[in-house]
Amino acid sequence: MEDTDVILLWGSNARNAHPIWFHHLLKGVRNGARLYVIDPRRSESAQWADVWMGVHVGSDIALSNTMAREIIRAGLHNKEFISNACEGFEEYKASVQSYTLEVGEELTGVPAEVIRECAHKYAKADKAMICWTLGITEHHDAADNVLALINLAILTGHVGKWGSGLNPLRGQNNVQGGGDMGAIPNRLPGFQDMMVPAIRERFEKHWGVKLQPTPGWHLTEMIAAMDRKELTALYVIGENPAQSDADANHVQHVLSELDHLVVQEICMTKTAEMAHVLLPAAASWCESDGTVTNSERRVQRCRKVVEPPAGAKDELWIINEIAKRLGKDLNIPDPETVWNEFRTVAPDFAGGMSYARLDEHHGLQWPCPNENDPGAIFLHDRLWKQGAERGTAAPFSVVKHEGPVEKPDAQYPFTLTTGRHLDAYNTGVQTAGYDSPLSRGETLDISPEDAVRVGANTGDTVRVTSRRGSLIVPARIDTGLRPGLVFMTLHYPDDAMTNVLTINASDPKSGTAEFKACAVNVVLATTAIPAHR
Amino acid sequence: MDIKLLDAEATPEERQAVDARLGEPHAAWYGTQARTTRELHVAFGGKDQRDRRHLLLPALQALQERIGWISEGGFNYVCERLTVPPAEAWGVATFYMMLSTQPRPKRVLHVCDDIACRAKGAKALCDELTGQHGGPLPHGIGKGDGHAAGHAGNGAAPGPHSLARRDSAGRIVIDDSHGAWTTSPCLGLCDVAPAALYIEAGPTVVERSLGSVDGDFAMGLLGGGAEPDDVLASVGPAKETQSTQNTQTTAKYHTVTGCLGEPRLLKRIGVVNPTSLTAYQMGDGYEALEKAFELGPEGVIAELNAAKLLGRGGAAFPTGRKWDAVRQQEATPKYIICNADESEPGTFKDRVLLTGDPFAIIEAMTIGAYAAGCTRGYVYIRGEYPLGAQRMQHAIKQARAIGLLGPKIMKRDFSFDIEVRRGAGAYICGEETAIFESIEGKRGEPRNKPPFPVSHGVFGKPTIVNNVETLANVIPIILGGGAAAAKIGTEQSAGTRLFCMSGHVARPGVYEVPMGTTLGELMELAGGVSGSGKLQCALLGGAAGAFVRPDEMNLRLTHEDTRAAGVTLGSGVVVAFDDTVDMLDMIHRIAKFFRDESCGQCVPCRVGTVRQQEALHRIAAKKPHGSVQDELALLEEIGVAMKDGSICGLGQTAYAAVESAIKRLNLYPV
Amino acid sequence: MTSPHLQLVQLARPSTKPKVMVELTVDGKSVSVPEGSTILNACQALGIDIPTLCWLETLKPVNVCRVCVVEVEGARVLVPSCSRTVEPGMKVKTRNKRVDLTRKLVLEMLASSVDLSTTPGMSDMLAEYDAKPERFGECETVAQPVKVDNNLYIRDYAKCILCYKCVEACGDDHQNTFAIAVAGRGFDAHISTEFAVDLPTSACVYCGNCIAVCPTGALMSKREWDMREAGEWDESIQTSTDTVCPFCGVGCTLTLHVQDGEIVKATSPLDHDITVGNLCIKGRFGWRHVQTGQSAEQMSADRANQSTSL
Repeated sequence: MEDTDVILLWGSNARNAHPIWFHHLLKGVRNGARLYVIDPRRSESAQWADVWMGVHVGSDIALSNTMAREIIRAGLHNKEFISNACEGFEEYKASVQSYTLEVGEELTGVPAEVIRECAHKYAKADKAMICWTLGITEHHDAADNVLALINLAILTGHVGKWGSGLNPLRGQNNVQGGGDMGAIPNRLPGFQDMMVPAIRERFEKHWGVKLQPTPGWHLTEMIAAMDRKELTALYVIGENPAQSDADANHVQHVLSELDHLVVQEICMTKTAEMAHVLLPAAASWCESDGTVTNSERRVQRCRKVVEPPAGAKDELWIINEIAKRLGKDLNIPDPETVWNEFRTVAPDFAGGMSYARLDEHHGLQWPCPNENDPGAIFLHDRLWKQGAERGTAAPFSVVKHEGPVEKPDAQYPFTLTTGRHLDAYNTGVQTAGYDSPLSRGETLDISPEDAVRVGANTGDTVRVTSRRGSLIVPARIDTGLRPGLVFMTLHYPDDAMTNVLTINASDPKSGTAEFKACAVNVVLATTAIPAHR
Repeated sequence: MDIKLLDAEATPEERQAVDARLGEPHAAWYGTQARTTRELHVAFGGKDQRDRRHLLLPALQALQERIGWISEGGFNYVCERLTVPPAEAWGVATFYMMLSTQPRPKRVLHVCDDIACRAKGAKALCDELTGQHGGPLPHGIGKGDGHAAGHAGNGAAPGPHSLARRDSAGRIVIDDSHGAWTTSPCLGLCDVAPAALYIEAGPTVVERSLGSVDGDFAMGLLGGGAEPDDVLASVGPAKETQSTQNTQTTAKYHTVTGCLGEPRLLKRIGVVNPTSLTAYQMGDGYEALEKAFELGPEGVIAELNAAKLLGRGGAAFPTGRKWDAVRQQEATPKYIICNADESEPGTFKDRVLLTGDPFAIIEAMTIGAYAAGCTRGYVYIRGEYPLGAQRMQHAIKQARAIGLLGPKIMKRDFSFDIEVRRGAGAYICGEETAIFESIEGKRGEPRNKPPFPVSHGVFGKPTIVNNVETLANVIPIILGGGAAAAKIGTEQSAGTRLFCMSGHVARPGVYEVPMGTTLGELMELAGGVSGSGKLQCALLGGAAGAFVRPDEMNLRLTHEDTRAAGVTLGSGVVVAFDDTVDMLDMIHRIAKFFRDESCGQCVPCRVGTVRQQEALHRIAAKKPHGSVQDELALLEEIGVAMKDGSICGLGQTAYAAVESAIKRLNLYPV
Repeated sequence: MTSPHLQLVQLARPSTKPKVMVELTVDGKSVSVPEGSTILNACQALGIDIPTLCWLETLKPVNVCRVCVVEVEGARVLVPSCSRTVEPGMKVKTRNKRVDLTRKLVLEMLASSVDLSTTPGMSDMLAEYDAKPERFGECETVAQPVKVDNNLYIRDYAKCILCYKCVEACGDDHQNTFAIAVAGRGFDAHISTEFAVDLPTSACVYCGNCIAVCPTGALMSKREWDMREAGEWDESIQTSTDTVCPFCGVGCTLTLHVQDGEIVKATSPLDHDITVGNLCIKGRFGWRHVQTGQSAEQMSADRANQSTSL
């Protein structure tokens, strides 16, 4: 990050959401990297950009395809890399042909010559990076958005080498670690494919149980299954779906219809309030031991620093006890045992990551197969090699621009997009407890032009309504927004539950809902916000 | 970058002033009010915008000149235009004493109360003004305050002189029917002492250097009298010529120049119209540049080396070596800076050159740029020299108009241009690395050396910094040859030197004499001791210099002789004091000067200058901490620590004059 | 057999060329350090103790405190060891009468003008150089009331030695927020926001990276300040344990300082290449939720109360 020439920060306000990572980005910028920020909002991060490209919400594929077409047209694609390491180029090339600069401008709103300049600078750079966050993935075509960015990177050979690559910034401290450990519907620990019989057999042998050869459900699929009454019992660990999921009114409804809801939580949440059984748990990051994996695949130790509140139990203890009550004593004495088992079942992945080595190196980046391996700073350098060493080719993917499922219309003329504040986190369960001087609670951020149109000034109460719900919230004028675009966070659901507005149009591949775009209407509220709030 | 602005709006006048200096905003994101559709989808900024930081000081000056002070709204607008974080801009705005972050009336009279003017009654003038008008405006801001010392509230409450109040809408309203006054360190007008600088903010700022100021005149100005004339403004030839010793009074009122022997540096002063390039060219103007082109870069440097030209700013570094060092650097672009921030108390020679012979400075800089491969030049002129800045700007414009600056100078493959930057009231910006910081739009805090300017100068690039007088030497050296120039003066101190004669001398002015001339001869050239007629002592070299006694008139003015005597030529200052002068008061003023002018960066200087001042006052008040001897020992230790431990020359010399008063004048007998 | 790379791409971290070593003498001892090292680095390599105040390994040296000065043969004045890079054959003396005098005076100047009561190591430093700040008698100080304008941290500028560390950490060394800068000049120079507005009005984002680098306790978390005011702060009974911040995917190491079973402070190690000692507001201050953690009984009670409203 600190030693690269061009950075495309795409759908990310890392200045707020990943502040310390942004330090490293700024070191790169101070070292001379040219920064493009692609974001509908001129966010805090975008204000650092050499070029801010204010795309229409959900037009990322259009931008990416337009850049790709321009790169190919100008002959700036990395032909040697493509022929050595990629497949599907011709099909891809054909698929982006219709995305001329003019079409790109039409679809994204970004002037053609700006797209052209970005495409050329990215393609010509010696080292270049694409980094993204939820602006790419919280769409109904999330996986396609990511594939569109991967296309650009392999088109130009900006992968698998120092100072280049694709860098998804994880929103939660262990969302990567969850995946590492197999908490993905079709994966086993170490991202091993559950659908491959040989792999499944190995785990079956190790665990002494039969594994079903069918993938599980994504969260969004679970909600649909609950709606169908197909899923009737739910065990929720450290998640607040009643407030954090799109179309919250609907989610709360299906949760309330469950036969059995178990919630394991560190403090009271909306979801916990609905539980039939509540399991008070120790906070995993400071009241118990374990590991987490960060965005750069670095596995690090978490340690018990303080005792949990009275009655709250270590999560490993809870799981052990539940297993016991279900008739099997897992007999797991401590987190290190769990970790070492993981190293055993995923040796290529984490074999070299003993607790002792994790301590010694301030964490290690996977894959780290043996005790002499320093870990991997970046992946995919194999693509620069030939023959067997290269391994599987990197495929181009044909992806098409669709735009958000719900587009603004006469009844709901605004696009609502969502994001984070610097000082708060998710639904505020953990950040509501400290006295942040930055905290301004939930607001409906609105462009100065629209504020005039709506007749609202900063502080005035507005009513925001979507096809799914309605709420009142104070308005706040933000020059970073353009007319037609409004913004809210998800941090203050007890004050304004943004997710009653959002749409549960989810991506079939990743299961992520389109938090980043739904159509709303905004009017000056006639009723004031109750004083106690 | 993401900056957070204060909740304050600029007035239309403030916006106009800033826009006139910076140009119209190029995008809504940086200061316009309406947004185009295109702007809602693209913004350019980043490095290009951060690289505009160097315009911060000019933009703040634009507000100061238009409004008379820098309001929150105006300040905000500058930050928005340049994307400078407000706290950073605040650090800059509060560093320069000619910028006010406090409400002030449009008319402010800056009255010099420094040593030379003090010898000529400045203290009495200030007392008279205090009595008749009220006390001076306070300087700067207090610790942790957002407002000037003595003012209450966040730029809100009316101060005793600001005559400011808030109206019902909370806007600050200033009564401009009366002006205000403030004290000033040396204004570089010592030859016309007691001096003042009159500034009237407005659409066209009025800045006038004033001499022989008395109470009635000052009160008249404060009360709204007519706009005064600049004491230096005359462009014509001398009105009277004193044929003896080739002395001429040249300026409208008082400026005196003179020389022993053939003038080299003052040749055109008062003779050639400084506002006419044609007049300059009718003499031998621009012949030196042509000759330089013939000599080639190495030839030019060889001539300077042959002339044994040493820098005239105080440090006496060989100029040829400096140019050569920059020439050999690989990094580009390279810069040449004319250090015209002459602020050493008692110094005004550069002022005479800037106002009297601006084309020679441009030509010399162009030669330097050619020799070292510089493409850009700055003339950094102290804020107290409005006429100098004006004359330089005018001259640059004329030179550019006929292709003597800009691309392809004299049709050669050589491009070079010059920009004038004005200081804003900070002695420290005469320090060569502080100049860089100031030009870059920062606080004028000197850098630690090494790395040296020849490799890491302004914007981190190779840079020549030459004093005005040094540059003035270049022309005669190139024209007459280095060897011939080296014959003037002594073996180790070649050439002529300008001396600024002020205080109790009969004809204060700038005198050019060959190095090696004695102090006595110089005094005689300036008409001898005036006042009581009896010399008590003279300050040689400026506030960073040392005192000499009447029995030292045989001192030869060379680097080697002064070094041997434990004094310094410094910036060529001689301030004479007759036997009626209260020297303790002078010492206190010098101590105050260093305390006021310390940038505050390093501990020895920031605290040491204060501890020095306190000890001197304790002794004078006959309340020493311990014995006087203890205090003198303490002063010595403070002085050694300042000299050995400070980052730059300011701290390193802050004890020099005090030390000489103790040791050479025996002003503090034990 | 390894296949040749397709083209000359720099795959791995650019291997740092073996650095040219520079040999110099410090206090008569010869030492070799890589080119570009400072005199301070060379002294550290030799185990020679050099006092520092404004220097920190994670910040660009500003060489303003001048307590680290040493004598370099041939130099007209003393040089700051923290910033001066080594040159071949340099002869350095770290302790002699001349060096000690300037260090002593610098310490006396600071101690006479600033409250150094919470500066770690200061009393030892004053003793080492026989510093007697009272020599200056009654003198000007930077005494002023402590600024408490938010609940996360306080600014007690009566304790500020103007080392610039907070400005650097807030500025382009790390945080790039530039909420504070040095304002004013000379003895009146001080750390300030624009127009001295309070922190909530300023650009401050409360990352507390200024607190982390403050060498005197002028900047202090409100929690620590409150505990000190109440006489409860006791570092001797505190433990510190490293864990990982829970608030995003960057994985910042949090060192949690615990006194009597309660978290009292969060820092991050300077030698960690993710944080370089820095955190954001959430990491530095967001841990209150475990402190105010509800017991299981409270959670049950909450649920009982609220379930009726479902």
